[in-house]
Amino acid sequence: MFRETYILLKEFVRTFGALTIFLIDLLILTPSVLFRRFRLVVDQVYNAGALSLVIIMVCGLFVGGVLALQGYANLTRFGAEDAVGVFAGFALIKELGPVITALLFAGRAGTSLASEIGLMKATDQLSAMEMMAVDPIRRVVMPRFLGGVIAMPLLVAIFSMVGLLGAHLVGVSLLKIDVGAFWQQMQNSLDLRDVTEGILKSIVFGFIASLLAVWEGYNSIPTAEGVSRATTRTVVTTAVAVLITDFMITAAFLRN
Amino acid sequence: MRKTRAVELGTGLFALLGIGALFFLTTQATGGDDFAARQVYVVKARFDNVGSLKPRAPVSMAGVTIGRVTRIEFDPKLLNAVVTLSIDSRYATIPDDSDASVLTAGLLGSQYIGLQAGGSDTYLENGSEIMFTQSAVVLENLIGKFLVGGGSSKD
Amino acid sequence: MLRRAMNTTNDNIIEVHDLHFSRGARKIFNGLNINIKRGQVTAIMGPSGTGKTTLLRLITRELRPDSGQILVDGVDIATLKKKQLYEMRKRFGMLFQKGALLTDLSVFENVAFPLREHTELSNRLIRHVVLTKLHAVGLRGAADMMPAELSGGMARRVALARAMVTDPDILIYDEPFVGLDPISMGVIVRLVRRMNDALGITSILVSHNVEEISTVSDCSFLISDGTVAASGSPAELHSASSELVRQFMHGMADGPVAFHYAAPNYAEQLLGRDAE
Repeated sequence: MFRETYILLKEFVRTFGALTIFLIDLLILTPSVLFRRFRLVVDQVYNAGALSLVIIMVCGLFVGGVLALQGYANLTRFGAEDAVGVFAGFALIKELGPVITALLFAGRAGTSLASEIGLMKATDQLSAMEMMAVDPIRRVVMPRFLGGVIAMPLLVAIFSMVGLLGAHLVGVSLLKIDVGAFWQQMQNSLDLRDVTEGILKSIVFGFIASLLAVWEGYNSIPTAEGVSRATTRTVVTTAVAVLITDFMITAAFLRN
Repeated sequence: MRKTRAVELGTGLFALLGIGALFFLTTQATGGDDFAARQVYVVKARFDNVGSLKPRAPVSMAGVTIGRVTRIEFDPKLLNAVVTLSIDSRYATIPDDSDASVLTAGLLGSQYIGLQAGGSDTYLENGSEIMFTQSAVVLENLIGKFLVGGGSSKD
Repeated sequence: MLRRAMNTTNDNIIEVHDLHFSRGARKIFNGLNINIKRGQVTAIMGPSGTGKTTLLRLITRELRPDSGQILVDGVDIATLKKKQLYEMRKRFGMLFQKGALLTDLSVFENVAFPLREHTELSNRLIRHVVLTKLHAVGLRGAADMMPAELSGGMARRVALARAMVTDPDILIYDEPFVGLDPISMGVIVRLVRRMNDALGITSILVSHNVEEISTVSDCSFLISDGTVAASGSPAELHSASSELVRQFMHGMADGPVAFHYAAPNYAEQLLGRDAE
C-alpha cells in the first residue's frame, strides 16, 4: 500500500517534470515559429478560436441568464435585487468566464487537438515528417499550442461579455431590474483589478489547456485505443489542472 | 483559395470580437477610476468606528456619488479611525460644518460615506477635516440593544 | 556536391555493422551485418515480427541502436547532430506502410510539402515539379483530391511521388505490397524498378512478398533471429538449401520458424496443471 502510493507519487512527479521540460521546449521555439510559421498559427487560432465561437457565446448567454435568475431569487429576499449586476459581473469576470471557457475549450478544441495529433502519430504522419526532415514539433505541435494560447483569452473575454449581456437580458428585460442600477452598481463594485484577475486566469488557463492537449496527443500510444484514451485524459487533466490553478490564483488575489 | 479566405474572415471576426470584448470588460463593466482621473481635493474625517468601510467606497451627498474613500488608517494617539476622502473638485462648495456618517446601502449592502450639508459659509478644501462625524452602526450592537430594550419594555 | 564527393569509391551506400537492438527484454537484432550497394534494389525480407521495420527506423535514426554502427556514405549516423541528421534525411525518401499522407492537405499539397518546407521555389516551379511527379505515378488527375478519398494503392502512389519529389539518393519502401490488389501491386512493382533505374537511386524494400521481391530486387537479405540468415540474388535464395530459407521462400507452415508461438505444454495447459 505504502509502496504503491510511493510509485504513484514518483510517477506523478516524473510526468510533471516531463511536462515542464516539454513546455520549456515549446516556449523556446515560440519566437521562431511565430515568425516563420505565422500562417499555420493563424489557421490554428481559427480552429481553436473562431470555430469555438458559437458554443462559447451560447453557453455564455445562458450562464449569464442563470446567474441573473439565481441572483435575483436570492438577493430579492434582502431587497437587494439591484445587486444582480454586481453578482453576475463578479461571478462572470472573475470565475465562471475563465473556468467555464477553459472547460469548454478542453472539450471542444482540446479533444480535437489531442486526437488530431494522436491520429497523425498513429498513421505515421509524424514519422513521415521526421523523414522529410521536418520537425513535427515545429510543424504540428507548436502552431496548435500557440493557436490555443492566443485564442483562450479572447474566448474568455467574449464569454464574459456575452454572459453580462445574458444577465442583462434576464435581469433587466425579464425581471425588470432598473437598467441604471444594474450597470451602475456593477461598475461601482468592479474595478480593473477584478478584470485583471480574470484576464490573468484566462491566459494561464490557455497555456494549461493547450499544453495538456498537445502533450496528450503527442505522447499518445499510436493505436485507436491509445488515441481515444489520450482524448479523454485531455479533458480530465485539463479540468483538474484548471480548477486547482483557479483556486491558487483566486487565493493569491485575495491577499490584499 | 476559397478556404483560405474563409479562415481569414473567421479569424478576423474572432479576433475583433475578442479584442472588443476585452475592451468592453475593461472599460464598460468596471467603474474605472472616475475620481482618480479627475481633479480631486482631499479631506479627512475621524470616526470612532468605521465598521466594514473599505477603500474605494463611494462618498455620496444627497444620494449622488461625489468622491471616494482613498485611505483608512488607525490613529494610535487618539485611538480612532482616520478616513481620507477624495472629492471631485467640481463640488467645491460643501460647507465645512457638514457632517459625515458611515452608512450602509440596503440592509446588508456595502458601506459608504454619506455627507449631510451644514449651514456654514466657508467650504471644505484640500486638507481640511470634517468635524462632525457619526460612526458606523454595528449590527451586533444594534441587535444587542434591541434585545435588551425589547425585554425591558415587555416588563 | 559535397555529399557526392565523399566516398564515391565505396559502392556500399549503407553499411550496418554488428547491430544490437532490443525492445525491453526482447532482443530484436543480435549482431546484424548488412551492406546495401549503391544503385541497386535491395530487399530485406523475413517473417513478421523479425524487426524489418525497426531496421528501417534504425537506418533513418528514428531509433538508436544499443550497440553497433550504421554508416550512410561512410558517416556514422549516431554522431550526427539534429541539423546534420535532417540534412542527411533530405537524401532519403521514405514510403510508409500506410502511405502516411498528411490528411489535412490535398494530394497536390502533400507532394509539394517537402518542397515548400525546404526550398524557396516559386509557386509555378513547384506546380511544375509536383505535376511531373504525380504524372510519373499516374495520378496527375487526382491532384485536387484529399487523401481520405484515395484507395490504398493510390495513396501509396501519391506517397511515392512525395518521396521522390526532392530527388532523394535513397528510396526506402516499408512493406509496399501489403494489402494491395494484384493490379496495384503490379503497378508499384514496376514503379519501384523504373524509379530505381531511371533516376539512378538506391532502393531499399522491406517486404515478405517473396514473389514480388523476386521480380524486382537485385539482392535480398533474409533476416531471422536478429541476424542475417541468408543473402544473395533472388535466384540464389530460391535454390538455397537452408531449411529456414526454404521454409520462407516456399511458404511452409512449420519448420525452423515454428508455427506455434512459445507456449507451455499443450496437454498440461488443457488439463489445467499449470494453473496455480
